[in-house]
Formats: sequence, C-alpha cells, structure tokens
Amino acid sequence: MSAVAKLMPAQRPATPERYVSIEKLDKVYASPKGPVAALSGIDLDIRDREFVSILGPSGCGKSTLLKCIAGLEPISRGTIALRGRPLAGPPERMGMVFQRDVLLDWRTILDNVLINAEFQGIARAKVEGRARQLLARFGLAGYEDRHPWELSGGMRQRAAICRALLCDPELLLMDEPFGALDAMTRDDLNVELARIWQDTRKTVVFVTHGIAEAIFLSDRVVMMDRNPGRVVEIVDIDLPRPRPLSIRETPEFGRYATHIRHLFASLGILKEG
Amino acid sequence: MRAIWRSTQELRAIALVLAATLILWEAGVRIFQPPAIILPAPSAIFSEFLGAPGYFLRHSGITLYTTVLGFGLSIVLGLTLAVGIVHSKLLERTVYTLLVALNSVPKVALAPLFVIWMGTGLEPKVAIAVMLALFSVVIDTVLGLRSVDPEMINLAKASRASTFAILKKIRLPNALPSIFAGLKVAISFALVGAIVGEFVAGAEGLGFAILTAQGQFDTPRVFVSLVLLGIMGTVLFYAVEFAERLALPWHVSQRGGERAAH
Repeated sequence: MSAVAKLMPAQRPATPERYVSIEKLDKVYASPKGPVAALSGIDLDIRDREFVSILGPSGCGKSTLLKCIAGLEPISRGTIALRGRPLAGPPERMGMVFQRDVLLDWRTILDNVLINAEFQGIARAKVEGRARQLLARFGLAGYEDRHPWELSGGMRQRAAICRALLCDPELLLMDEPFGALDAMTRDDLNVELARIWQDTRKTVVFVTHGIAEAIFLSDRVVMMDRNPGRVVEIVDIDLPRPRPLSIRETPEFGRYATHIRHLFASLGILKEG
Repeated sequence: MRAIWRSTQELRAIALVLAATLILWEAGVRIFQPPAIILPAPSAIFSEFLGAPGYFLRHSGITLYTTVLGFGLSIVLGLTLAVGIVHSKLLERTVYTLLVALNSVPKVALAPLFVIWMGTGLEPKVAIAVMLALFSVVIDTVLGLRSVDPEMINLAKASRASTFAILKKIRLPNALPSIFAGLKVAISFALVGAIVGEFVAGAEGLGFAILTAQGQFDTPRVFVSLVLLGIMGTVLFYAVEFAERLALPWHVSQRGGERAAH
C-alpha cells in the first residue's frame, strides 16, 4: 500500500465532479454503401475516479466510443468534454491499453514501458525508476531487458498496462485489454487491475464483452446495443470493495449478472435456453 | 555471435558447391578439350589472373568504388524519397507515379543518355548505378513505412507524439526488415549499373576489361573478369545481409532457436 502510494504521487481531491461528459454524440462513418451510423445519441457522464465499464456485443461501437473519448477518432455530432472543456485531440494525462499489447518488438520491455515518456518529451532519468517499480509491481522484475517475444501473452499485457501507467495518468482507457487472454490469466489481471484502481483511484473507462468482468471491476456498467451503437441502460454496481474473486459466487453478484443477461436477451443479443 | 556462426556455416556450404562446380568444369575441359576461345579451363583462368593480378585488381577496385558509391547514394535518395512519399499525398501522386512509370522503361537503354549528359567520367556510371538501384529501395521502404499496425500509431498519438517521433520511433524501425529486403536487391542492381556504365563509356573498370578482352578474343581474360564480378557481387550481398543481422536482432527471421517463456 505505502509503496504504491509513493508510486502514484498525484493525490486529487475526492470530488464527485464529472470528469468526462458526453452529450448527444453521433459517429458516422463513410462507406462505399453510404454513411454508416456507428454511434447514435450517446449521453454519458463519467465521474472523477470512477471505474466505468462499457459492455456490449461486437459491433456496438464500444471501442469506437473509447477512441472518441481518447481523441483518436473525430466525432460527427455532439460534444465530448473533459472537466468541462471540449476535447481537442488526445488529452494530457491519459493512458491507454489496447486489446493487443502493441509492444514494439525492437525494444526491451523496459524501453517499451518508457516509450510514452519519450513521446511526451520526459527525460528517461526522471521516469526510469518509476518504470522499474511498476514492472516489479506487476510481477515483471527481472524481465526489464527481455524482448516482448520472450514473454507470454499475460506478461506482455502487464507490460502494456505499465506503459499506460508510466506517466501517472488521471484517465485510463482500456479497450478489451484482456480479451485475448486465457480465462485464468484474465482472472489474475482482473484482480490486479482492481487492486491498482483501489490504490490509485484513476478514472477508468473499460471496454469489454465479458459480463462477469464488467460487474467485478466496475462502479457502473454501461450497456450498449448495436445498429446503431447506443446506450441502452446504465447499471450501478453496489458491491463492497475490495472485491475478492469469490464475490462472483455471491447472490448479489448473480443478480447483477442475471439482470444484464436478461436485458441483452430481450434485445436479441443473447439467446436463452 | 549466432549471426557470425550462421554466416560461417553458410560460407562453408557456398565453398563446397563452388569447389564441386570447379572440379566438374576442369574435368570436362580436360576430357572434351573445347578450344580455349570457347571455354577455358578453371586452371587456365586462374593462371591468367596470376599473370597480371595488378591489372585485374585495379579494375575491380574501380568497379567496386562505383558500385558502393551508387548504392550509398541510392540509399540516401531512396529513404528520403520514401519518407516524403509516405507523408505527402502530393509527392505520392507525382514522384511515386513517375518512378513507377520510369521503372517500366528498360533502364539499361537509358545509359547512353547519361553519357551524353555527364561525359565519360565516374559521374554517369554512378548515376546509372543509382538509377537501377533506387527503385527497389524506394518501393520496399514505402511498403515498410506503410505497413504499420494502426494500433501502434494510435498508441503514439494517445501519448501526443509528434509526426517526427512516430516516424523515428515506430515507422522506421518497423520498416527496417522491408528496407533491408530492398537493399539486398539494390546492391546487385548497383553492380549491374556500374558494369553497364563501363560498357557504354569506360576507360577503366571490369566492364571495360571485359569489353577490351572481347575485342581481342581473349576468352580467359573475360572469364577472370566475370569471376571477379561474381565474387564482388556475392561479397556485397552478404555484407548487406550481415548488416541486416546486426540491425535486426529482434526480427522473427533472426531469432533462431529462441522460444517464448510461458
């Protein structure tokens, strides 16, 4: 706990202010067959220090929504504001984790983690210690000088999370980060992510198609449907924290899961029986 | 170390094949005794070389110099053009289109033009070498710079990286395997260009040596020049490949027996 507190120096006041405000957001793609609506009428507020999951079937635009928040995708209509200021390009103090780890094969694990500092013009000497601490925190001590191809999928994704956390972001955007991992590694990383969030209280937007994962990690789960991508319901998850993995076997957890499954079933996304 | 070990292994295989060829050739000539003007024996070619090693080595040196100079210039010019083409729609539509169009002309046929423009010195030969080598450098570098995982670019943009930083830290290293593929083709083309230049307007170089020997029906001398050209081409190719191994220890093709930890 104390070691982590030193790792994460930014202490922000615990105000329930809106961190990300999305209003009437539309995203339309041009395609050979005419315009395609990827996102339609998205209204969503994400509070400071909140863990929000965006849950939905493939093709519902959840990754697109995340890229819009990241300032990587231009929006067609509506607004996205960060602390009340309209978004113009990728915001400062944002970290991002992608579905694939996107580690660069020609760099060592340590240099991969440090690349975010290089891009932001921060001197290596200033952040190298922190990078090593993060790697150790994620069980990668001793792998600093290895190359990505020498590591397993789970270890690679841990390194990618270290890279996103290097510059102590306020906002952490995660695009199905554990989607490509096996179930056990995924559980493992869920627990680790929950602990990191508990310790540092970043604002996290977590895109996933895993119902259990979303409930386990989140304060709120935003459910989306496709054609066009839109928000159908937002569920508050009132489960005590910290949450052990075994919380998934409790009746409360089960009720949330059932509720979410029923909603997706009623939309024709999940078939029951 | 592994790279060096593998090169010596490869060299041994090459030496073995060459030795076998020479023995068969020598035996064939001794048995069937074709006239020396048609096909001299390897031993005759070798003694021809020993008769005037200075002459052959001087001309080899000149051809080597022209080739390396042309190759170096085509790297500098090719990489610059490729970076420009990838970052500018205008350059893509003009320079790239022009290059592709030019490439479909048999470029060797343009060699006399360079002599008219630049005279008979070193310049037209280097220019012809560049003209032949440039295309593969540009094409493969453009391909390499473009085939970047879009998620890598997103990663950089999410950290507010500049276009230059993306080029330097992502696009270029990512393009290196492709660039080296182009360079391996380019080095051979540069040598062809140097020889063509010496054919068209040369007073020195192996191309010139071949041409004068042909005028005197001195077949052994032609063969000595050809052998030297062959050696030069092989050495140059492997020099580029060696540089590739040094530059790309991380690439899949260079990893050898290493395995991922699980």
